[in-house]
Amino acid sequence: MLRGISLTVSAGERVALVGESGAGKSTLLSVLQSRYDGNTALIPQDLGLVRNLSVFHNVYMGSLHRHSAAYNLMNLVWPRPAEVARIRPIVERLGLADKLFERVGRLSGGQQQRTAICRALLQGGDAVLGDEPVSATDNHQSRIILDALSETFETVILAMHDVDLALEFSTRIIGIKGGGIALDAPAGDLSRADLDFLFRD
Amino acid sequence: MAVPTISTPSTPRFSPVAKVSMGFVAVAVACFVFADISITTLDPWSEMKRMAWGAVTPDFSVVTGLGMVVVRTIAFALSGVALGALGGFLLSQVFHLGPVRWACASVRAIHELFWALIFLQMLGLSPLTGVLAIAIPYAGICAKVYAETLEEAELPALRVLPKGTGMVSAFFFARLPEVWVHLKTYTAYRFECGLRSATVLGFVGLPTLGFHLETAFSEGNYSEAAALLIIFYVLIASLRFWMRPKLVGFYVLGAPFLLGGGAAIDMANITRFLTVDIVPAPLRRGEFLDGQTWSNLGDWTWTLLMDQALPGMIATLLLTQIALVATGILALVLFPLISRKFFGPVGRSVGHGFLVVMRSTPEFILAYIFLQLWGPSMLPAIVALSIHNGAIIGHLVGRFSDEVRLRPDSPRGLNLYGFEIVPRVYGQFLAFLFYRWEVIMRETAILGILGIATLGFFIDSALADIRLDRAMFLIAVTAVFNMGIDILSRRIRSRLRLSTQAGRA
Repeated sequence: MLRGISLTVSAGERVALVGESGAGKSTLLSVLQSRYDGNTALIPQDLGLVRNLSVFHNVYMGSLHRHSAAYNLMNLVWPRPAEVARIRPIVERLGLADKLFERVGRLSGGQQQRTAICRALLQGGDAVLGDEPVSATDNHQSRIILDALSETFETVILAMHDVDLALEFSTRIIGIKGGGIALDAPAGDLSRADLDFLFRD
Repeated sequence: MAVPTISTPSTPRFSPVAKVSMGFVAVAVACFVFADISITTLDPWSEMKRMAWGAVTPDFSVVTGLGMVVVRTIAFALSGVALGALGGFLLSQVFHLGPVRWACASVRAIHELFWALIFLQMLGLSPLTGVLAIAIPYAGICAKVYAETLEEAELPALRVLPKGTGMVSAFFFARLPEVWVHLKTYTAYRFECGLRSATVLGFVGLPTLGFHLETAFSEGNYSEAAALLIIFYVLIASLRFWMRPKLVGFYVLGAPFLLGGGAAIDMANITRFLTVDIVPAPLRRGEFLDGQTWSNLGDWTWTLLMDQALPGMIATLLLTQIALVATGILALVLFPLISRKFFGPVGRSVGHGFLVVMRSTPEFILAYIFLQLWGPSMLPAIVALSIHNGAIIGHLVGRFSDEVRLRPDSPRGLNLYGFEIVPRVYGQFLAFLFYRWEVIMRETAILGILGIATLGFFIDSALADIRLDRAMFLIAVTAVFNMGIDILSRRIRSRLRLSTQAGRA
């Protein structure tokens, strides 16, 4: 699906992958993920949530590697106050405070998306790789989410379809078309019109 | 110029599914010719009248301590199924290992009544006998189903787990919650089976409902028997009211204390059983290095195979094939009773009630009743097996038929049945039927205990003569035979591309 791509992302960059659906953004993201061996948090398109578990548990899964199995199981059965206190502010910031102990399967698409983002935020690490993480949220929430991701992760790489938001948030835009890189430039040098050709046949 | 032609058959052709079906019917008809089918009782009608009279005049007062009997039955089912489910769950984690798969296949190929007969020899009439008789085969079945469920599950969360997450944490957070509901539903279904098993184990002496049923039937107290059967149906029908998820832990912890006493377990007995009793007689008596011993063993095996295993296998196979086809026909006749396509709400609830009673009664008990009526031949077994299994498959097919979408001007009645519904549900129906093939064979073997000359008859006779080596040999033969049918059934299902997804029933 991808052809002749060579790409280097430096630490500290905020990269937006822009292009039509089916252009190869998801594929490029998964290639990036497999090549990078540092600490990355992932927000895949299918979100990677466990529908039968609560928002708390799904977010807590971002910290499974920090605790012993026994402590994790204890939290699975009965969430510890310390962990709830750690997770509540993250969830609150993304507007899910009243859903903390709701099963994820009962949430709307946008709420599920924010749950997956909370998990990535709790997990932390050097970089976050997200596939359309703000596709189901409104503009106001999208900004909150992008701010939170930028604060938590040194390097952010997101596939995005909202061109305005991509220009506003990122430091570098990579335009994908037909499985190849059609554009790679600092976001500051670009305007909306410069990206239009990515969406034309 | 060559005109491309599409050759179309000018005469009707049969699909592979139709051919297989006709093949099975032909085999069943051939089996019928050789089968021993007769009514040997002198006056079946008067006995039937007395039974019918008993059925309408149930007498709940006769069985003393009836409450305790019910509690014991539930306790045996709970302990056995809980232990089996736990064992099955642990085994499902290593199910990918060949030896584990084979071990599970062999323990579940042996019916719980045979397990009970084995443990009766080892442990005597102790509660542990009943619990293990249920737990061991159920562990084999649960291991397989749990492992398949875990394998088939979509696990999106597994891919986003942070690096360095331990296996245990990953399993309990990302894997188990995804399949938890399926495992719970299946285990609940197993518990219902466990209640039937616990009841039937009463027929070999454990203090459950079956023990009192046996007594009532053999003494001709049909009012008492009717009362016991009604209690059994109420127990099954009310399951969802008292088997609450929140109470399960409490029940399971309490159950072992409610199994009642029994003979003390004698270690010497167990040791003797394992090291002496089940060792083939020639090996037990002769010198290990003596050539004569081994030639004796050869004779022993050959005689047992020819005189008992082979006739037992032939009878089991004849009976299984007839019962399988009878089950299929009955299921096709019964399923419209609960289908929205054929009956309104009132008709359907009558149909449901009818099918529930038919499928809740264990085949063993049905066969026992018909045997009392008609005397020993294959007839009671065929009728019992097809009623029980036909009602189960009829229920599943009926539910499946509700999902069929019809055009608004579709035909009605028999035309609807023949042209619209049956062709659409037939594949599913065959999948269900082939799935039950192995179950029917396992039951057929066990019905030998009642005096029909299937493998169970020879096993039961060997046990009665305290020739445990022969009994174990024949049980092993039965297990292998069963696994063979299982493999054959799987081959046919995959050859015909029959979905077995929903066939687990």
